[in-house]
Amino acid sequence: MQLLEQILNGITLGSIYALIAIGYTMVYGVIGMINFAHGEVYMVGAFVGLIVMTILSSIGASLVPVYLIAMLLIAILVSSVLGWSIERVAYRPLRGKHRLIPLISAIGMSFFLQNFMQLSQGPRPFAVKQLIPGSFTVSESFSISYMQILIPVVTLVFMVLFTYFISKTKLGVACRATEQDRRMANLLGINTDTIISVIFVIGASLAAVAGVLVSLYYGTVRDTMGFIIGIKAFTAAVLGGIGSIPGAMLGGFVLGFTESFASAYIGGDYKDIVSFVLLLLILLVLPSGLLGKAEIEKV
Amino acid sequence: MLELRNVNSGYGSIQALHDISFTINQGEIVTLIGANGAGKSTTLMTLCGDISIISGQIVFENEDISSLKPHEIMRKGIAISPEGRRVFPKLTVEENLMLGAYFTPEQEAAEMFEKVLELFPRLKERISQQGGTLSGGEQQMLAIGRALMAKPKLLLLDEPSLGLAPLIINLIFEVLADIRDQGTTVFLVEQNAHKALALADRGYVLENGRIVKEGRGKDLSSDPAVKEAYLGGH
Repeated sequence: MQLLEQILNGITLGSIYALIAIGYTMVYGVIGMINFAHGEVYMVGAFVGLIVMTILSSIGASLVPVYLIAMLLIAILVSSVLGWSIERVAYRPLRGKHRLIPLISAIGMSFFLQNFMQLSQGPRPFAVKQLIPGSFTVSESFSISYMQILIPVVTLVFMVLFTYFISKTKLGVACRATEQDRRMANLLGINTDTIISVIFVIGASLAAVAGVLVSLYYGTVRDTMGFIIGIKAFTAAVLGGIGSIPGAMLGGFVLGFTESFASAYIGGDYKDIVSFVLLLLILLVLPSGLLGKAEIEKV
Repeated sequence: MLELRNVNSGYGSIQALHDISFTINQGEIVTLIGANGAGKSTTLMTLCGDISIISGQIVFENEDISSLKPHEIMRKGIAISPEGRRVFPKLTVEENLMLGAYFTPEQEAAEMFEKVLELFPRLKERISQQGGTLSGGEQQMLAIGRALMAKPKLLLLDEPSLGLAPLIINLIFEVLADIRDQGTTVFLVEQNAHKALALADRGYVLENGRIVKEGRGKDLSSDPAVKEAYLGGH
């Protein structure tokens, strides 16, 4: 039964990493920088979710789907505006400069957001009440909480929506084209600055979904929650091959499973060590990640 | 249709084009020939707004486009098949083509799609393959096809013959003649001066960033100096 339990944990954790990793990988793909403020967007998403939940319960809302949909939608909305603004304020003015410069700007933006949250909300954890308490009892020793089912289901819904957008819609194709050759996309009349904004908005939306789900799952949010999960999701993106969208999804789940099995069979304290060792090993054997592009150019 | 007036441009502090002036009239094929490094691609990129001009004026259909951004210029009815083809390697042939028609109404885009595939049947066979897996010649067809998808009034081509087998070059030049006959104005930048001058109505010769000669295609190809420098001296 422990095996099954760890598989479930792996799926849950993997879903969260995958959702956040997509934002890292897409931004890297299109402007070649690591958006270190991405973890903070996730944190803000979680806080917005909590605020919406508090407002809803103060006006006496009781339906679970109302809570869930309102929390997700408003968190997505606020985080999208945030993601869009981050790019406008901290990265766009630095475009064309040395790659280290926007990277430093990103770290600054991350500090700013985290400290802003600390000042405005307080440097302590906030409890998030259980939205869907209870669990399925499969056998005496094994039960699945409803949240453990909700997370992969919500993740699946957003992954399907996102995959449809990026592979089938006109704007999605333009996003991929901009990632592959920004100058050429520009020469086709596409305003690539707008496309870059779109990519930030999508990444931020998926991070907000992850933020809301995590806050519901662990029942807590706080100002510093974006840091470690940001590093983990970034690891997932690199693991899968930075720049590759399927890679980010795969990397997220590989990391989720690794962590959940490591904490079950080796010990909770070792889970981070095992994940980062895995990252090192994969980078040694496959420097471009699991699904990274080995570029072939024909003349 | 298009006029460049005393255009100076360059990269950073290095000036690459000096006092470039030329005109392209509606329905013509005009070619710009010159050696490697003469500034041919720079001329095209300046025209597209990808390299900002230092001084001078670019006028397209009575509108000054000198200070517009590339995506604004390219929405005015200009399309380019650029140096190195720049096919999107991880998009399928179909996606590459449809991106060319990003601003064309759906109905017209669908018609152009059929037309381009008729023009280049090879692309039809490869329709769901990724751009990066095509051969050089096929990528060139794709780059031209993608530019045509925008139904441009003015088609810009940067060295469509570079690195291709003679058979494919002939095919591409036949298509260019077709395109002109169907009313599209073509500006062709070429190192293959022989082919380009045979096809073009008029031509300009570029040397070290300056236009040193201009004339009708036939006249230029019989000009002794041009023959000597660009046509192998025959």
